[in-house]
Amino acid sequence: MDAAVFLISAAIVLCGAGGVLVARNPVHAALFLVQTLFGVAVLFVLQDATFLAAVQIIVYAGAVVILFLFVIMLLGVDRAEDLGVEPIVGQRPVAAVVGASLLGLLLTALLVSVDGPTGARGANAPLGDAGDNTRRLGEALFTDHVFAVELTAILLTVAVVGAVVLARRVHGPLAPLPVVVVASVVDDHADDGPPDDDPPDDGPRDIDGVPDGADGGADT
Amino acid sequence: MVVTTSWYLALAAVLFSMGAVGLLVRRNPLIMIMCVELMLNAVNLTFVSLGSDLGDLGGQLSVFFVLVVAASEVVVGLAVIVAIMRRRQGATADDLSVLRG
Amino acid sequence: MVDLVWLIPAFPLAGFLILTFGGRRLGEPGAGWLATGAMAGSFLATVGVFLEMSGRDGHDRRSVTTLFEWVPAGDLTVDVGFLADPLSLTMCLFITGVGALIHLYSIGYMHGDGGFRRFFAYLNLFAFAMLMLVLGDNLLITFLGWEGVGACSYLLISFWFTDEANASAGKKAFITNRIGDWGFMVAIFMTFSTFGSIAYVDVLDTTATGTVATSTATFIAVMLFVGAIGKSAQFPLYLWLPDAMAGPTPVSALIHAATMVTSGIYLLTRVNPIIADAADWVPTLIAWTGAGTALFAATIAVAQRDIKKVLAYSTISQLGYMFLAVGCGAYVAAVFHMVTHAFFKALLFLGSGSVIHGMDGDQDMAHYGGLRRLMPITAGTFVIGWLAIAGVPPFAGFWSKDEILAFAWNENPLLWLVGLVTAVLTAFYMTRLVILTFFGRRRYADPRPDEVEAAWASATAAADAAVAAASAAVDAATADAEARGDDLTALEAVVAARDAHEQAVAARDGILAAAGARPEVEAIALEGAPDVGPVVDGLPEAVSSRADHHPHESPWTMVLPLVVLAALSVLGGLVQLPFAASTRRLEHWLEPTLFGNEVHLSLQGGTLWVLAVVAVAGGAVGILVAVLAYLKRRVDYRVFERPILAEAWRLDRRVADFMGGPGRVGFEATANFDSSVVDGAVNGVATMVRSEAGLLRRFHNGLVRTYAAGIGVGAVGLVVWFLSRTSF
Repeated sequence: MDAAVFLISAAIVLCGAGGVLVARNPVHAALFLVQTLFGVAVLFVLQDATFLAAVQIIVYAGAVVILFLFVIMLLGVDRAEDLGVEPIVGQRPVAAVVGASLLGLLLTALLVSVDGPTGARGANAPLGDAGDNTRRLGEALFTDHVFAVELTAILLTVAVVGAVVLARRVHGPLAPLPVVVVASVVDDHADDGPPDDDPPDDGPRDIDGVPDGADGGADT
Repeated sequence: MVVTTSWYLALAAVLFSMGAVGLLVRRNPLIMIMCVELMLNAVNLTFVSLGSDLGDLGGQLSVFFVLVVAASEVVVGLAVIVAIMRRRQGATADDLSVLRG
Repeated sequence: MVDLVWLIPAFPLAGFLILTFGGRRLGEPGAGWLATGAMAGSFLATVGVFLEMSGRDGHDRRSVTTLFEWVPAGDLTVDVGFLADPLSLTMCLFITGVGALIHLYSIGYMHGDGGFRRFFAYLNLFAFAMLMLVLGDNLLITFLGWEGVGACSYLLISFWFTDEANASAGKKAFITNRIGDWGFMVAIFMTFSTFGSIAYVDVLDTTATGTVATSTATFIAVMLFVGAIGKSAQFPLYLWLPDAMAGPTPVSALIHAATMVTSGIYLLTRVNPIIADAADWVPTLIAWTGAGTALFAATIAVAQRDIKKVLAYSTISQLGYMFLAVGCGAYVAAVFHMVTHAFFKALLFLGSGSVIHGMDGDQDMAHYGGLRRLMPITAGTFVIGWLAIAGVPPFAGFWSKDEILAFAWNENPLLWLVGLVTAVLTAFYMTRLVILTFFGRRRYADPRPDEVEAAWASATAAADAAVAAASAAVDAATADAEARGDDLTALEAVVAARDAHEQAVAARDGILAAAGARPEVEAIALEGAPDVGPVVDGLPEAVSSRADHHPHESPWTMVLPLVVLAALSVLGGLVQLPFAASTRRLEHWLEPTLFGNEVHLSLQGGTLWVLAVVAVAGGAVGILVAVLAYLKRRVDYRVFERPILAEAWRLDRRVADFMGGPGRVGFEATANFDSSVVDGAVNGVATMVRSEAGLLRRFHNGLVRTYAAGIGVGAVGLVVWFLSRTSF
């Protein structure tokens, strides 16, 4: 029974991952990511990590991916990317080599070793069953690791503040990015998505469509 | 057939490799971040598996923190992408080469 | 008191610093008095140290006072320290003593000069460097002083540098010295590599035990000799000294007579154990170089008309005597002659400066004559100096020169012969100088050859002009007569014009005949004033103004040092009289510094007397011939003053041609080698780094994905490494 669930979940996870890899449209990629996250959540449940499975769905799939989709929609970066062309020479071979060797090495370590992967217990609370997983997790977090929790709270605050600062609207003309040889190979004429009104390189443009540089912002 | 820890770890390894390959191959910055998410998920799976294998809560605790940090990382990363994308539509990771020597 | 030996160079150094940084307020005589005071203080310090040192026992007379460690560089440690021993104290005594007198003299000599303060600053700096040279306790401090005196010599020779010739003379001195300095430096390197130290105490004591290889000692000795001949103006590095007379006369007296040029002999005397351990041909080389240079310079001095040039070549000649003494192993005689030479040569230079001062800067002896009545004290002291250098007993020069000749005979009779001939020539040219300057008829009011030539030229030109005017008048009168017909007055005017024309032609012919028959103007008019004849009115203004202006005696600041030096020239011989062991004071005093390397005279007392008599007779012959030629005019002086001698055997010209021609090719090759190979190697390293960096920066394409790929490859590498360390 466990094996069947595991295999099905594994298939879901891997298909989702493959989808993220080959999806040309970012929205499709985000949806494939959600698929992967669901699969992983199921695997968490199989391991009796019920709290984490819930958190995975709520936070990851429910918040982070939604955030992705917001950005995609707001910025209009939903143009499909041309996967056929690789501007950087040798990048694909290197990627293949890295992926293959990483996989090979990790699997070797896992499967060829005599006793399998080993580990040692840390000084943490023992694992319970699925039922009181949340309670045990809460106890451990807020007694043994409360300091770390507070730090993560600060981290989150800082991240929020940083995001606000980074993404704020700046008054005045923005300095354009320098044009380089390895230019974008964004496929303007993607077959999906609504037809665009604007050509890609018409200079700086605000998100809401109001042309920036009403004061005559300097072009490239 | 008993599902041993090795199976989970193998799955995590595959997922991780796929995420790495995707990070190297894709040019759209959002999809690159998604690939990073894949890798992080693989790591989370590894933690949980080994934690349950050893009967230690530490695995799940680690996942908790990884989740928090990943979330904040995504937030900041997306904010950066927003800031960059404003300047040019359709910019990809290859356009951000101001640091070239 | 001996511990305060550092005071000796400290006084002039303080003087230099005060004059350089605060001297503007001191003004003209103040700066001079400050500098003289500094030298006087230094002299008093020297006397104090000397008195204490002479109160000690013979073998206790060596004291090293270290101030601080200067160069701590691994195996090489060089301290700034002073070695107070008999040799250095002897040098300090006459350097500070004669130096103080020359400073006093300069206050009068440089009166009114715009660079008064600068002059005394340089003089004090020079004194500091010279004292460091002789007091230094290791070769590097000596070299510091060596270079310092060379630099000050350059500064002082080209003191009036706005004149191109003076600047060139300074440069020539510096560059020629530099060639010698190369030898000195190589010797220092070799000394360090042989002994592991360059302090005199270590080097000389080790050498005196006889453990140094002959080849090493020979090499060091020869290199030091090269340095010495550069500084002491021996052949072939003597060329700078005559040109150095372009500097003010006190500079010539101090630097190029009494002190700087003696540093070469000081150096060789200091390292006498190394010379003793060197091969036998090294002292012979030194002796022959000295003797040859002495004779060579003496022949040139015979024909010079510039009073300072005579003294310059005389200095080269006397330095040759000192080298001869060193080469014969007679270190005491060399130091003795150095001391007496400092006295009488400084006296002669200062006296000549007084004459030049009185003659308003004219240095040509052809224009002197009969000055002894006009400048009596100068003349009197100069005569004493002349007697000293000519080797007339009982003046100082006789004793020292005779010592050297005795040792030369002991070494090789040929050397003695060369020394004797040089002594004869010395007596001759010095007598010539004295007669031309102070005796005979007064020539300063005579018209000079170029002025006479100018007068004749202007007279003939005037006569030609008169003839031309007269013929023009004839033409005018004729034309006028023809125009007016046969008017009687017009015809008479024509006749008168023709008569006037004939007279003008006759006058011009007369002038031309007189010009053709006029006697040649002598270079030195010993007989009488040149017969100018009919053109006496055509002489330039300068002649009559010279006749009105009379040379005068110099102020007391210039005359007092002359008197003191004259007294020393008379009494200087007392330090080393050869009669008995007790009178050889200098020899006893210098004994600890000689490590027993002083050659013993193996001559009988009778031989010494004969040598002395022959030397005195030779000097008398020289004096007599000069008197006959210049005073009595029985012999034509032009027999002696050959043009080739006046041109110093044309060697200077040959050296200049060589250096400008083939020499220049070599220099440019060396310069090119330096810039292309040496600099090229250094710059090439930098260029190589840049080009490699240029290649490597291609890897930085700024693309995130490339960097991510790099991280991925690195991660794979790490995993491989970790896996390789596990066992399966």
